[in-house]
Amino acid sequence: MKGYFGQFGGQFVPELLIPPLTELEEAMGRFLGQAEFEVELDELLRDFAGRVTPVTFCPKLSAELGLSLWLKREDLLHTGAHKVNNTLGQALLARKMGKTRLIAETGAGQHGVATAAAAARLGLRAKIFMGAVDVIRQSANVDRMRLLGAEVVPVADGTQTLKDAINETLRYWISHQGDTLYCFGTAAGPHPFPSLVAHFQSVISREARAQMLEKTGRLPDCVAACVGGGSNAIGMFRNFINDREVEIVGVEAAGTGQPGCYNSAPLNLGRPGVLHGQLSMLLQDRAGQVLPSHSISAGLDYPGVGPEHAHLQAIGRVRYELANDAETLAACRRLSRAEGIIPALESSHALAWVLRSAEALSGRTVLVCLSGRGDKDLDIIKDALAKQGEEL
Amino acid sequence: MSDSFLTTIIKDNQAQGRLTKVPFIPAAFPTAADFWAHLLELADNGADIIEIGVPFSDPVADGPVVAGASQKALEQGGGLDFILAGLTRHRARLRCGLVLMGYVNPFIQYAWEAAAAETAGAAAQATMARSLELLAGQLAEAGVHGLIAPDLPLEENAPWLKALGGQGLALIPLVGPNTSLEKMRTYAQSGAKGYVYVVSVMGTTGVRAGLPPEVSDTLKRARQAFDLPLALGFGLSSPAQLEAISPADRPEAAVFGSALIRHLEAGGSARDFMAPWNA
Repeated sequence: MKGYFGQFGGQFVPELLIPPLTELEEAMGRFLGQAEFEVELDELLRDFAGRVTPVTFCPKLSAELGLSLWLKREDLLHTGAHKVNNTLGQALLARKMGKTRLIAETGAGQHGVATAAAAARLGLRAKIFMGAVDVIRQSANVDRMRLLGAEVVPVADGTQTLKDAINETLRYWISHQGDTLYCFGTAAGPHPFPSLVAHFQSVISREARAQMLEKTGRLPDCVAACVGGGSNAIGMFRNFINDREVEIVGVEAAGTGQPGCYNSAPLNLGRPGVLHGQLSMLLQDRAGQVLPSHSISAGLDYPGVGPEHAHLQAIGRVRYELANDAETLAACRRLSRAEGIIPALESSHALAWVLRSAEALSGRTVLVCLSGRGDKDLDIIKDALAKQGEEL
Repeated sequence: MSDSFLTTIIKDNQAQGRLTKVPFIPAAFPTAADFWAHLLELADNGADIIEIGVPFSDPVADGPVVAGASQKALEQGGGLDFILAGLTRHRARLRCGLVLMGYVNPFIQYAWEAAAAETAGAAAQATMARSLELLAGQLAEAGVHGLIAPDLPLEENAPWLKALGGQGLALIPLVGPNTSLEKMRTYAQSGAKGYVYVVSVMGTTGVRAGLPPEVSDTLKRARQAFDLPLALGFGLSSPAQLEAISPADRPEAAVFGSALIRHLEAGGSARDFMAPWNA
């Protein structure tokens, strides 16, 4: 079926959104892979965003854990995370399509900042929808977006967080589809967004696979990434999927880890459902109402997940594990001290799983996607440590 | 194929030169206690078909008024359980057509557990298809005639048409200003029944001062593509708005949601609301 990854995906949107989605799909067919487009995108990724990002060996942690730990350094990218891989691609595509404005949802603000930066660079207007609660929680990113020339629209509906921001962006797109492209932030949503975002993010594993072969002479034994909506993870997994000998692990946010707590782990704790245009795994109550999600990392705080992950789980190609808030915080601190790298709390979920699984991973080469840098999380880290009676 | 009861209602009105009036009200709105009284009052005061809203946490096609009312309805417990239990009690007193309007997820989840138990180990889509069949059986038993899902386009509606059709229920399509004639024809051929919900504006639900000029073109295309009556919705608050449309293009039915919700929220009665539509 069109727009499906196995059983998951689809286009569960109002009929009024089908024409702009079809227009986007046609533009993908026309421009992606076309020489001129690829040259321009490569240049943007290299000279503006700072690609190629390195893979970094972690000597101290590797010795402590008895394995070989490598990081793919998306934290070194402009705007501080992998998000810009996608926003530059979509902004360039928007310009080729003759659109003059990007709209986007943002939760923690990372995708909003990356969209605002890409829009500024490519001469597009940007309008960013953000839950009213998130606007307060992430005020520094709101300021960054505004400094970059974007308009930030607080969304006061529902839980006033990421999922409500997506609803409002979709509503806005219905009435402004003529001149506007929705720059979707993660590899989720209605077809063709999951494919489009995965396409732009797969640069992560295209580079990382070659880099690991070059540096270690072989493929890693295990590849791990955190999963919220799942864009850094799908980017990290795509080029390893056909390497059957590589174990692939996605790590979801378990929240506090208490039984019945709010979490962001639909693959482990949800069941199939439809939200934001896709049939995928979803956190919901018995009646199909979407449940509020929680994670210490705002970027994973989402009740749904991209359909390709649901598919990879269903066919058993990728294993999805959990990491809770406390072990994530500990992992963040441990990497900072051992290796001099402050990871985003999102990426720290993947690290937390590696730390917990060190025994099982003993002697193996493990490649983790360090999707973003942790500077943005300092207040959250300090608050969380203070609650445990600890300091930085 | 015989007409849906919904089509018959509209055609009978049309034969008598009457517009078919279709109010929309979310289940358990404004309160669980008052909802059924309002519904019965609407039916007693000229509502030919009533669209009962099934509230959802993430109403992406709705403007602030309907979205806010849905939120209240959810807090009042206005889900499918509430609707089906209430219809069992009140259906005998309702002569109007009954349609449920809601988003995909609550509909597919209603019988998910039962479907999953029957289809153990089956893939998500098989479970969804079975769940829809179980739901359709319950809806038919409760006297519901049709269903509208604003986030269910043609691309995804095949299992719904099958499940609902099996129980004689209509799946009512929504088309709008940017729906091509070709796409409308595909909806028509796919097995649309009841009536066609013509969305007047490129936007979400909610009252607008006037109808956009392109509404006549949308109605013309829908007339050409479908052999079903047309109901115009999104943005309607008074019968006078329809007079701006040339008589040849005017729809057979009018849907009004946000205006009714605001009227009830302000303490008005269903009967007073219906009065100008019955004039």
